[in-house]
Amino acid sequence: METELIERVQRAIASRTPLCIQAGGGKAFYGRACRGEPLEVSGHRGDIRYEPSELVLTARAGTPLAEIEALLAANNQMLPFEPPHFSPHATLGGMVAAGLSGPRRPWGGSVRDAVLGVKLLNGRGEVLRLGGQVMKNVAGYDLSRLMVGALGTLGVLLEVSVKVLPRPAEEITLAFEMDATHAAACLIEWGRRPLPLSATLFHDGRLLVRLSGSAQGVRAARAAMGGEETDHAIWAGAREQTLPFFQTGAPLWRVSLPAAAPALPGEGLSEWGGALRWIASDQPAATIRHQAAAVGGHATLFRGHDGHGEVFHPLPPALLALHRRVKQAFDPHGIFNPGRLYQGL
Amino acid sequence: MNHGLHTALRAALPTHALLVEAEALRPYECDGLSAYRQVPLAVCLPETLDQARAVLRICGEHRVPVVARGAGTGLSGGALPIASGVVLSLARFNRILAIDPDNRLARVQPGVRNLAISEAAAPYGLYYAPDPSSQIACSIGGNVAENSGGVHCLKYGLTVHNVLALKVLTMDGELLEMGGCGKPGALDSPGYDLLALLTGSEGLLGIVVEVTVKLLVKPERAQVVLAAFDSVETAGTAVAAIIGTGILPAGLEMMDNLSIRAAEDFVHAGYPVDAAAILLCELDGANAEVSEQIMAAREVLFAAGATEVRTAEDEAQRMKFWAGRKGAFPAVGRISPDYYCMDGTIPRRHLARVLRRIGELSTQYGLRVANVFHAGDGNLHPLILFDANQPGEMKKAEDFGSDILRLCVEVGGTVTGEHGIGVEKLDASCSQFSAEELTQFHAVKAAFDPAGLLNPGKAVPTLHRCAEMGRMHVQGGKLPFPELPRF
Repeated sequence: METELIERVQRAIASRTPLCIQAGGGKAFYGRACRGEPLEVSGHRGDIRYEPSELVLTARAGTPLAEIEALLAANNQMLPFEPPHFSPHATLGGMVAAGLSGPRRPWGGSVRDAVLGVKLLNGRGEVLRLGGQVMKNVAGYDLSRLMVGALGTLGVLLEVSVKVLPRPAEEITLAFEMDATHAAACLIEWGRRPLPLSATLFHDGRLLVRLSGSAQGVRAARAAMGGEETDHAIWAGAREQTLPFFQTGAPLWRVSLPAAAPALPGEGLSEWGGALRWIASDQPAATIRHQAAAVGGHATLFRGHDGHGEVFHPLPPALLALHRRVKQAFDPHGIFNPGRLYQGL
Repeated sequence: MNHGLHTALRAALPTHALLVEAEALRPYECDGLSAYRQVPLAVCLPETLDQARAVLRICGEHRVPVVARGAGTGLSGGALPIASGVVLSLARFNRILAIDPDNRLARVQPGVRNLAISEAAAPYGLYYAPDPSSQIACSIGGNVAENSGGVHCLKYGLTVHNVLALKVLTMDGELLEMGGCGKPGALDSPGYDLLALLTGSEGLLGIVVEVTVKLLVKPERAQVVLAAFDSVETAGTAVAAIIGTGILPAGLEMMDNLSIRAAEDFVHAGYPVDAAAILLCELDGANAEVSEQIMAAREVLFAAGATEVRTAEDEAQRMKFWAGRKGAFPAVGRISPDYYCMDGTIPRRHLARVLRRIGELSTQYGLRVANVFHAGDGNLHPLILFDANQPGEMKKAEDFGSDILRLCVEVGGTVTGEHGIGVEKLDASCSQFSAEELTQFHAVKAAFDPAGLLNPGKAVPTLHRCAEMGRMHVQGGKLPFPELPRF
């Protein structure tokens, strides 16, 4: 399969044919539309190398995420960033390309924090090993993390190595009835105490907090914090966006910003201790982006767009120019996922 | 120095911010890797962004290389001057701009010392996690350039995991924000992850002029357990066993017998000097959690074959246990005229094999080696003992070191875990990368710095150098660079 992919890409380079890399397809809604011939990569799967005591897992990029997470769970380990799948067919490579992390992100780290190395097929048709399979590695530029969130615009991921972590021994979810102002104040206050937080969600007058750690540590924190214990269903709903809030059909904006930033107009649901806010709104893009930027945030039009306008927050001209040169360094002929991230990239 | 260059720099900088006299340049001739020395044309110590930008513009116009320098504590020669170039010291960018306890971040200039950040955050119960052993002296800008580690990486990550945003000057004087969006603190940013790319780029892509780091809440309690073993293999198995139980120690360090003895003579840490290896396992978190994990860790260590397990009885003893480990390098410096520190990382399962091979090489080269090891994350620091005054010993030590690094690559690891390639490991890194990979690195460099004026000749070897070395990583049995001549 790898040989086939290389040949296919080399042909595309020779004929200057743009390619749209696709696998599980569950994140096809994310980002701008891609123009080109489909390059199906989900067949490049398996060859999982995983030694639980090393806390490292390596597999081909087309390997289903569900298979990887099941294998980790059987060994009492996990992907600490809780990546959303958005489809039963989500793949390891798609996870890296989209770079989306779930509820545990502020405490467990992000996809890019966990990526240790990738095998990449670049736009010169070469196979490169970037990074490695060890946790500490500062040889060469960190090009493997550059692939995270690049939406396939820099090359085809063939293989990925990630750091994994032990599952916490104990997890509980606490619920608090309170208004938004009070919830924001509580999150700031708890954030400054040594509490084993691992997820938060505020929506509609209800703050949910997950605690993870040793049985004793979680019990002690629970006693200090109060609240009502409830089930964990909310976290899967937030991660996979199956909660009713995400399904209204209105344009859905994802705003990433400093955790203690004030509430944004129209904010409907917040996660990550306040650092991630969701807005379901028909307001003009410029208004939402301006409000996000005013408090140090950036806004992504996550769902409910036609894929032709700008999805991601516009970059300052000098930074956009640098992005173009970086793209050029990997994909000189503009073969991979043209326009998926930004127009002209 | 070229007259035009001198005049232009003189006009752009206050008198005391430009050094050109031989005796003033002398302190800048090397960084922490003093085996390599070179006096630069001039040293610029700008105090403002505009001055720094002017230095870059002038050097760009005169095609003069620029080597950025922080505190000069680097261990791989990353800040080694270039004879025809200028050193751009960020030492006067030394202000802590903001501590924001609500967003748990610190915004600082690059010349601020690593430890000073934690000191400034301490009144809020917060700290900056990465703690390279040089943390009292090293600067945060240098930490970013090298992606520095420390003894707590397994749980808290390297510099790249703890930086939220950077402001970077490109060679053409453009100020770019990476990670932040005006006000730093967001956990991600739009576009490519240039923040990760800049971290560890050894001053080849841009000049860091502001850093925003993540602050963590100080754990309620930290406790350390010391375990002794009668073989390094058993100690290695114990490391796997601890991680296998689901405990994630804040630090997990191993020392072999020669290091134990040297450290014990030096700091009297109370180490068992007859042990073949010791493990130091630090657990931190909430009070109750730490108690629970200590019990569990003790059990696992005994079951894995520890001959003795001691828990530090109080904070003073904990600090003593650590003092031995943190003083291991100077301790080894006391038992040998010179030592050469290696920095490879390996998948931990190969530890026994790698240590056995290092032992064999030690016999073969007739040089002693002391091993200290960030066991949790597989980062080895073999210290090769030699005497530079003995003809040929320096060369022998370097060859021995190269063999160790090649071994690290062979078992699936890397030639540098946290010290960087700099100038020191240029040759060693040839065995890690293919021609295509090196070409990709150079293409990325050119995207940032097309004229190649930022710290040229460091971090990434040229294809030609690797071909001459005959050490290029060979893929699929093909000889690399068949088109290039061999010497």
